[in-house]
Amino acid sequence: MGSCAALATLGASLRGRAEAAPAAVDPQPQTMPVSLEINGTRHDLTLDTRTTLLDALREHLDLNGSKKGCDHGQCGACTVLVNGRRINSCLSLAVMHEGDSVTTIEGLADGDSLHPLQAAFLHHDGYQCGYCTPGQICSAAGMLSEVEAGWPSHVTDDLTRKASLTDEEIRERMSGNICRCSAYPNIVAAIRDASTKI
Amino acid sequence: MDMNQPIGATPLDGKPDGLVGRPIDRIDGRLKVTGRAPYAYETRDLKNPAYGFLVEAGIAKGRIRSLDVSAAKRAPGVLLVMTHENVPEQGEKKEQVYPQLQGTEIRFHGQPIAFVVAQSFEQARAAAALVRAEYDVQTPEASLKAARPNAVEPKPAQTPPDSELGDFDGAFASAPVTLDVEYTTPVQIHAQMEPHATIASWEAGPDGDRVTLFTANQMLNRGQTSLASVLKLKPENVRLVSHYIGGGFGSKLQPQPEAILSALASRSLKRPVKVALTRQQEFHVATHRTDTIQRIRLGADETGRLTAIAHESWSATAPGDVFYETSAVVTRSLYAAQNRLTRHRLANLNVPIASAMRAPGEAVGQLAFECAMDELAEHLKIDPIELRIRNEPEQDPEKKVPFSTRQLVACMREGAQRFGWDKRGATGATRDGQWLVGMGMAAASRLNPLMPSQAGVRLNPDGTLTVRMAMTDIGTGTYTILAQIAGEMMGLPIERIHVEIGDTAYPKAAGSGGSFGAGSAGSALYVACDNLRQALLQSAGMNAEGATFSEGRVTSGNRSEALADLAGAQGVEAKGEIKPGAMKEKYSQHSFGAHFAEVGVDADTGEIRLRRMLGVFTGGRILNQKTARSQALGGMIFGIGAALMEAAETDTRYGYFVNHDLAEYHVPAHADVPAIDAVFLPELDDKANPLKSKGLGEVSICGAGAALANAVYNATGLRIRDYPLTLDKVIDGWNEREGAAQRRT
Repeated sequence: MGSCAALATLGASLRGRAEAAPAAVDPQPQTMPVSLEINGTRHDLTLDTRTTLLDALREHLDLNGSKKGCDHGQCGACTVLVNGRRINSCLSLAVMHEGDSVTTIEGLADGDSLHPLQAAFLHHDGYQCGYCTPGQICSAAGMLSEVEAGWPSHVTDDLTRKASLTDEEIRERMSGNICRCSAYPNIVAAIRDASTKI
Repeated sequence: MDMNQPIGATPLDGKPDGLVGRPIDRIDGRLKVTGRAPYAYETRDLKNPAYGFLVEAGIAKGRIRSLDVSAAKRAPGVLLVMTHENVPEQGEKKEQVYPQLQGTEIRFHGQPIAFVVAQSFEQARAAAALVRAEYDVQTPEASLKAARPNAVEPKPAQTPPDSELGDFDGAFASAPVTLDVEYTTPVQIHAQMEPHATIASWEAGPDGDRVTLFTANQMLNRGQTSLASVLKLKPENVRLVSHYIGGGFGSKLQPQPEAILSALASRSLKRPVKVALTRQQEFHVATHRTDTIQRIRLGADETGRLTAIAHESWSATAPGDVFYETSAVVTRSLYAAQNRLTRHRLANLNVPIASAMRAPGEAVGQLAFECAMDELAEHLKIDPIELRIRNEPEQDPEKKVPFSTRQLVACMREGAQRFGWDKRGATGATRDGQWLVGMGMAAASRLNPLMPSQAGVRLNPDGTLTVRMAMTDIGTGTYTILAQIAGEMMGLPIERIHVEIGDTAYPKAAGSGGSFGAGSAGSALYVACDNLRQALLQSAGMNAEGATFSEGRVTSGNRSEALADLAGAQGVEAKGEIKPGAMKEKYSQHSFGAHFAEVGVDADTGEIRLRRMLGVFTGGRILNQKTARSQALGGMIFGIGAALMEAAETDTRYGYFVNHDLAEYHVPAHADVPAIDAVFLPELDDKANPLKSKGLGEVSICGAGAALANAVYNATGLRIRDYPLTLDKVIDGWNEREGAAQRRT
């Protein structure tokens, strides 16, 4: 929640609300080249520097799996893995990721063979509308790595020992991913199930 | 088929191992978990779209004095800036779909005042920030509480706003036991994960203009009609496509301003235009659930039998709009009493447009009424379940017709047994460390409507079956249950059913809303399949009597034919249609349920945490045990939000929702949802529709939040009548009860 105040300020400037007195002229877009490795393939792009990583994926690379739910890091639908770590791709400008390795929902499966998390979400009905699902799955993949690496969470009792993957730990660590259809119990069941198969 | 009589035996009956009901995985699930399901903003069918960005009014009441768009028009990449001064002529509003950018009058904060289109999203957004509006500002009216004395009787919705039976005033005055309480519920926001989004493409043609919208919309045929009215087109020249929808909950029942603006911009630019509302815009530009004030009066004898029930509700919407929250409608059918009164009043305020949100009416009505019942039970020292059983009506108490099915008592008893209701302690008597622990329950009831709906089926030469209709799947599982129904009816495995929905090019369908989706669209498909069965039997010269469709074959007497062979080179088509009929009037039709919740209230901070929850429901035939359970859990969790956290806070000075994003408008997150479960009791409702099913998407929110609120009372002895129940209200309650003395915990 620490970043929320800053986000709200950013939001006020982006809302398109016609009351503030903005700058009189808008300069030509600044563009920059950037090279991204996305799902194992290198992409050389020249992007408007204002383009988020999320919009680079969706609008410039035709990778629509990562979703835009809020564009402010409040919902988690845009979660992707950058160099193995989960981030909200809407909160990050694409040009900040020169040389980074990005894994999106489209890159999780091994060909036709679903990633264990994808298979578990399918089996446990860990979704309804499906819009938050790519973010939930990518977030879960990153979260399991964090647990494996020994990172504690708010609900970890003993900070000197590796946390075990209880339902309480899953819920706490997944709380950045909102599901308004509220498939939460099924998502937790899917992650618990998949965690034994990764 | 008109639903004029009970359906009788059907091919879906007596098949415990059949496809219908089986908890199979969603057939669209693979697309969803791999990120390949295309939502509206993501279609590749309309090439080279420009990007739109909407500009909202920054005041709630007044006039635009000047709107300076010169900087925006000069901004890089800008193709169009549309305002009231250059917007194309539009037609009449229809339902709650309004022509956009009409004149200078501002009626609510967030009313669209301009639409900027540019080559890229970043350019459109930047240019939108350059639009400068100056206003003649007037003081808005935005407080329902202040407007209450002047609220008016609204125009009838599906039912009249008022009802009266017997002599409420007399019976209430003479009742030995009375309760007179007011509850308030706040503005709630749908907060569906996918914002409203449209890609529109307008094409001029010799036989009239046409527009295609890939748009997030729950009811495509309804949207087709209203957009045709506003855009001044023939309905058949308006095509809506909505293959995947990222949640609706009522927010997408009707086209929102972004659909109209993108269509008009596409007309001007002769190029597709795509736009999504920002999350912040969702709160004001799109609709919300109104706040309500609800007064409930109950009169009873000493044994708890109700003699008088009154439920009055006040709600608000934008100026000129007629939507009101039907909070008290459910009270007309839920409990017995000779003397009854319900009343709805509406205030037109300078607030955004209010509309339906998951279980409109019942959801907030039962937040209030089911707590009032708990208050009466507490007062009479009667168990809340027993109080409800004592007031179980033999027939619909106002319509005076039988219920098609009603297993409310069975739901309560089953839930009580599973939940351990007998272990519920006296008020304020249970403690677990720092937590004051309580249990609560509430009944659930939601109207079960049937809507006209059509379906087309085609048996293909390869023995597969294609199902087509302009139905939608908003996450409810429509794709899957339609495949199950068609597979069961035709005796085909689910892999051989292709479900094609989400396009007004297909037969007109009910759409998704009001708990009528599966029952209506599924019944149309049932009829279409029944017609296809008859057509196949007839063309094969086979006896229809005793014919069975199974494993890709039809068998009658000593003949058996593969469906693929009967399809011929061209395939065989059939259509089906369902319409509501006499069953709607002859029987009172509702889904029922009972919620049980256990909460902990922190004895120091007043923080409320749900510890566990159970819902027991009946919804006629369950079409897919897995997706049905998911919907039920989802509704219950919506109820957790309504009880504990959801409130769009109106700044009544400026008529806007202060917390208009997902960081500040709290919906339940993973950590808010402990072990919860939902179960269904066996039921078939042969009066409801040919499937014998009932709606499930909404009954599960009805009463859910009240169960939590009643649990908070059981834990603390505090009756908080102003939703949501937040810790400050708990602490206020303690301070009020215990005076200035320091609380000892």
